Amino acid sequence: MNGTEQNIVINSDEKIKERIWEILETVSDPEIPVLSILDLGILRDVKIENQIIEVIITPTYSGCPAMDFIGMNIRKTLSENGFEKIKIRHRLSPAWTTDWMTEEGKDKLKSYGIAPPASKTFDKQYFENLPVQCPHCHSMNTKLVSQFGATACKALYQCNDCREPFDYFKCH
Amino acid sequence: METMNAQQFNNIAIQPFNYVLHLADNSLIIGHRLSEWTAHGPMLEQDIAISNIALDMIGQARNFYQYAAEIINSNNAREKNITEDDLAYLRDAGEFKNLLITELPNGDWAKTIGKIFFFSAWQFYFYQKLIYSADKQLAAIAEKSLKEVTYHVRWSGEWIIRLGDGTEESKKRIETAIIDLWPYTGEMFVPAVYESGNESRVTIDVISIKNDWLNKVKSILEEATLSLPGDGWMHSGGKSGIHTEHLGYILAEMQFMQRAYPELEW
Repeated sequence: MNGTEQNIVINSDEKIKERIWEILETVSDPEIPVLSILDLGILRDVKIENQIIEVIITPTYSGCPAMDFIGMNIRKTLSENGFEKIKIRHRLSPAWTTDWMTEEGKDKLKSYGIAPPASKTFDKQYFENLPVQCPHCHSMNTKLVSQFGATACKALYQCNDCREPFDYFKCH
Repeated sequence: METMNAQQFNNIAIQPFNYVLHLADNSLIIGHRLSEWTAHGPMLEQDIAISNIALDMIGQARNFYQYAAEIINSNNAREKNITEDDLAYLRDAGEFKNLLITELPNGDWAKTIGKIFFFSAWQFYFYQKLIYSADKQLAAIAEKSLKEVTYHVRWSGEWIIRLGDGTEESKKRIETAIIDLWPYTGEMFVPAVYESGNESRVTIDVISIKNDWLNKVKSILEEATLSLPGDGWMHSGGKSGIHTEHLGYILAEMQFMQRAYPELEW
């Protein structure tokens, strides 16, 4: 590679990063397929060094079994788009929070039938019994059935009006 | 394959390797114990809850083991790098540094709840200090884990109250559980050799969290109409590798596949 080509590569790093963020928008959480890893705030950063693309992700929960799968999907999706030299790094701090979930993500969750987090964690009402809206009939008259639901990130609720049970994405 | 034996692991004195292993072992052993409840919970919601807690614990253990492996690998040139799996599956009971309370059999629901409550409340105050550790990776794992543990303390505390302030039978069971478990709580606040050196600000002073822990326990027991056991003789040894007979059985089950079929992957 001659010097001019190298310059073009460096100058286009920003463009490549942009492209990678776009591509990764198609990688979804295997447990909640309507949400992309961007919606969830799992994808933290993309870096390029010596033509190696480093994708930095953060686990939602320490034991989240989806993390390895998400890593694999990132690799697969990027390689399908012609990016081969990929490094995936896990970052623990700052710890993932539902505050990072995009508004678009919250809307998608709701239409999928999962109630989105009811507040920001810094509200300090983290553990108060916040009113959670039923994603089916939109009633606020709901009750907590169990703090732990089908996955670590969800709690189990039931609507007192339409009687439907539903998952609630916990504030975390 | 380069097999690690007890002698090799015990000779590793790189700081904070043993400290990280102690934290990893705590989480792995209690996580494995709680996973025994999966599909056996008293009702579906609680089965899911306890399985989720087990999963959180095993996730935390993996973070600590990965870090412990990184510490060894960056300090010792070996033919083959040590992995988190080597540390979990190829060490014997004498090398495990978990608190004894984590390895005790689950017993009935009350005993399991008591174990989770005493241990999670300890982790809750412990991680609140560890997030300020001078060791950035330990601080990061603590920050991540603390959020999860907050749920565990709350959930198990609610169960203590429900059982204590419940029926005659549930009260009798949680009372027995608390009396049985109490002698295993002292060890949580006695520093091991690898916990000394708080001046480096890597490890935390476990004695300093005892009061917070005791106050939390007192307030929950009071709400549950249960009495706090008095001071008495306390078991110890887990942190330095001297365990109850129960740990060997856990390891036999957990490590069988790796021992029988080395380097097996699935």
